[in-house]
Amino acid sequence: MSHPLPTPGQTIGPFYGQALPYDGDDELVPAGRADAIRLHGDVLDGDGTPIPDAMVEIWQADAAGRVPQAGGSIHRDGWTFTGFGRCSTDATGHYSFSTVLPGATDDGKAPFFAVTVFARGLLDKLLTRIYLPGHEANAADALLSSLPAEEAATLVAVTDAQGLRFDIRLQGERETVFLTHG
Amino acid sequence: MSQDTQEQISAEIAAIAVQAGPDERQPRVDYAPYRSSVLRHPTKDPRHVDPETIERWAPCFSHRDVHPLEADLTIGAHAGINSQVSGEPIGERITVTGRVLDGDGRPVAGQLVEVWQANAAGRYVHKNEQHPAPLDPNFTGVGRCLTDADGGYHFTTIKPGPYPWGNHRNAWRPAHIHFSLFGNQFTERLITQMYFPGDPLFALDPIYQAITDQRARDALLASYDHDMTVPNHSMGYRWDIVLSGRDRTWTEPEEADR
Repeated sequence: MSHPLPTPGQTIGPFYGQALPYDGDDELVPAGRADAIRLHGDVLDGDGTPIPDAMVEIWQADAAGRVPQAGGSIHRDGWTFTGFGRCSTDATGHYSFSTVLPGATDDGKAPFFAVTVFARGLLDKLLTRIYLPGHEANAADALLSSLPAEEAATLVAVTDAQGLRFDIRLQGERETVFLTHG
Repeated sequence: MSQDTQEQISAEIAAIAVQAGPDERQPRVDYAPYRSSVLRHPTKDPRHVDPETIERWAPCFSHRDVHPLEADLTIGAHAGINSQVSGEPIGERITVTGRVLDGDGRPVAGQLVEVWQANAAGRYVHKNEQHPAPLDPNFTGVGRCLTDADGGYHFTTIKPGPYPWGNHRNAWRPAHIHFSLFGNQFTERLITQMYFPGDPLFALDPIYQAITDQRARDALLASYDHDMTVPNHSMGYRWDIVLSGRDRTWTEPEEADR
């Protein structure tokens, strides 16, 4: 069988706000639950200016490393972990999720949040990963270990008082490493 | 608002088009004729990685998430802001249908499709919208559905109008419907725009022209399908979508991949 030609992407544009955000989109677990962490940061352009019309999605394993396959991300019941979240940046270019730390899906593998970034002005989606700071498996990770230290650092979150901080830089100094998958 | 002219933008589009390779299936993210892209694109090529377990799976959505009536944008009641209305939106009623396939040609079944669009006058329901065209109290321009077992999707809506935007003086977007899609794998995630055949604005639009290959651009055009047209009710358009999360050489697939 030959492969059909892929459909090209286009920018999300400025007017998705009525369509894509929904109540609870950024709460993979209820904020304040004992095991909840905050995963948050800024989305920044090549001048370091925050982007107020970007949308970030995350997809992750649960705390035990299981891949969720339950529906209910749009109408959350507060108990089912679906592994998917969506957050539009606010007027200051900030996004914030309430979630749990992903576990390793395979023995010895470094866990990470899989991330998609969209924005007005960005003509196609960008894919990246958010690794956990100080995780013992990071050193052996195929991607992190293949990158110069300063580039690998763009893929690892920083611990802060509420959980994890991860800024996404679309361009410029400390530009986030984005990925394509083979 | 920029005072660049359409002539300037068109000259930039033409200059890039002559350098473009024949195998560019995706838009260039570094595409200055679309002015908002200048500071919002990575300067490095994406890093090639082998997908890990979580990236080989995709989020699941279910009938818990999506009500069947959300696929009909002409009934107004589902999107929350127009729950009082019972009237019909103004415009050319259309149905849009097609299949969602993955990069191996398999149907993407039971997966979420989200759409949003301007109304027939080219106006979005959005706080930042500045186009002084009328809002339609009976139209929010927002819909969702789940694909069926064969990857099929189906929406009933009205044909959106073209609208002006601030990229340059007298800039107008061709009429389009925004589509947001999930595949069988995380890496197949796609947001794109479906266009209507024969739009005179195609050659002038830097977002559409950021896809430099004509055949790739054509993949965003729906086709008019008279068999889908419902007598005395609606016009019909068909548009199939292929999601691929893999790097491939599209022109010469390896034997092992067939």
